[in-house]
Amino acid sequence: MTAQLMPVPIRMAASLLDPKLAGPEDLRAWNGSDIERRLAVHRNNVLSSLIDALGDTFPVVQELVGEAFFRALCASFVRAKPPQTPVLAQYGAEFPDFVTGFPPAASVPYLADVARLEWMRVLAYHAADAAPVGPEVLEGLFACDGALGDLRITLHPSVCAFRSTFAAVAIWSAHQGIGELAGIDIHAGDCALVLRQGLEVLVLPTTAEAICFVDSLRRGERLDTAIAAATAHAANFDLVALLAALLRRGAVAALGPSGPNNSWSHA
Amino acid sequence: MAPANYGNCPVLASKLPPRAGIGLKPQHFRDVLETRPDVGFFEVHAENYMVSGGPFHHFLGRIRELYPLSLHGVGLNIGGAEPLDEAHLARLAQLIERYEPASFSEHLAWSSHGGVFYNDLLPIAYDQSALERVCRHVDVVQERLGRTMLLENPSTYVEFSSSSMSEAAFLTEVVRRTGCGLLLDINNAHVSCVNHGRDAVSYISSLPLEAVGELHLAGFTRDTDASGAPLLIDSHDAPVDAVVWELFGGVVTKLGPLPTLLERDNNIPVLPFLLAEARRAESLMAVGGDCRGESVRGLEQVP
Repeated sequence: MTAQLMPVPIRMAASLLDPKLAGPEDLRAWNGSDIERRLAVHRNNVLSSLIDALGDTFPVVQELVGEAFFRALCASFVRAKPPQTPVLAQYGAEFPDFVTGFPPAASVPYLADVARLEWMRVLAYHAADAAPVGPEVLEGLFACDGALGDLRITLHPSVCAFRSTFAAVAIWSAHQGIGELAGIDIHAGDCALVLRQGLEVLVLPTTAEAICFVDSLRRGERLDTAIAAATAHAANFDLVALLAALLRRGAVAALGPSGPNNSWSHA
Repeated sequence: MAPANYGNCPVLASKLPPRAGIGLKPQHFRDVLETRPDVGFFEVHAENYMVSGGPFHHFLGRIRELYPLSLHGVGLNIGGAEPLDEAHLARLAQLIERYEPASFSEHLAWSSHGGVFYNDLLPIAYDQSALERVCRHVDVVQERLGRTMLLENPSTYVEFSSSSMSEAAFLTEVVRRTGCGLLLDINNAHVSCVNHGRDAVSYISSLPLEAVGELHLAGFTRDTDASGAPLLIDSHDAPVDAVVWELFGGVVTKLGPLPTLLERDNNIPVLPFLLAEARRAESLMAVGGDCRGESVRGLEQVP
């Protein structure tokens, strides 16, 4: 009987992402043909399937740089940051930062932010479900205005706040057929709320103060703290308009007095 | 876990109906709910549904109310060198509790090592230590999930000179020791046999066929190895090949109708095309595997 070697994964794993490394020493083909060609099937499966997965997550990034550049970028990413879980919906969180540090992409300075926006869309798509609170709750809210500061708003789990120093939202939108790429000043900063309403992920352009407000709520802070964060950014922050918009988009999962087990309006 | 006595009675690892089913793809979610096609079951990759909420669970929940479900894992790493990932097992147990699938299956392959997931079904050497490791992993899965699983024969492109037994002998022993069932992927059998210069009919007949709980049918891509010999790639991106249909006919003639999945993961056609392949599989099962039947030829005209 052949002497037992270490299990195959220990001897084979490294060679999958690094073609310079040889595969296991006991690899063989029935007809004695060069084993590298056969090992290449696995190397190709690994790399191309992961690049395809990134292509599904970052379609606008791919459109912006073209397929050949995108696949080269992704190949570098896959080799540097291969997935750590079989749940590929989680693969790509580190991609935007990788794009930032990828020198060949330096001529497209907004690319990483577009990647960030696309990653947020994936997060929103798969985020936990929660029944939204309807807009009618706003009436009741302002009937007891003295207590606003004690309110706590729980956002829908899909809500993400996006901001860019580039026109990343306008560029992304133009790739959805909304607006023209030609007229965009790439250095005009952009903000958007990304959230899932029903089964659809929305990208809603918004103001920087709305982002401050939403970020504060996402940190679990009280409503008065969130208002203070927004007004510090813009004195004319319109709370009612923003709350109404959030409620209309199903972005609020619960709303009630702060303190545990005290919610008076819960879906 | 006690070994199963599959020699006396069939392993009931699958409660799927003995009909054809198709892989459920997100692009077909709405079509399925609107047209409610007459298929025996749907199969999904478990890992795609390991997300918190959103459309995937929305649609799977509704479709599960109408059809039996087969849960097919691609990331459990049964052939891995390391202990199974407890977090992954927990996610799997949660999915099984939520959707109560009629069957759970995984592969005789590895896909992760050293904290990296390779997203491929990678080969193992068929030796004594691998046999013990695979059996231990199958035992852990079956104990953790509280159910019997099906183990799928792989598509392979390379072999290992350190292997001390055939793939069929290895699978037979895993089935005997763990009581798991066999998911016989007929396309994998064909692909592997062509890739290693073997005869698929004798390979299939040397498997523990009494333990088969499900069949898989799929398409492959043709390539060549460095010496010009055919090298088939299990690409799941093409219709089922004539040779695979013929092997399928032989298997169902011998074993009778079995839950049979039409697997398509890439280059996905419109739903009616997959349904036509499913009907063809059912016709073959109905006529006892005779590929020459009129009813089968008529079904080849697909949109």
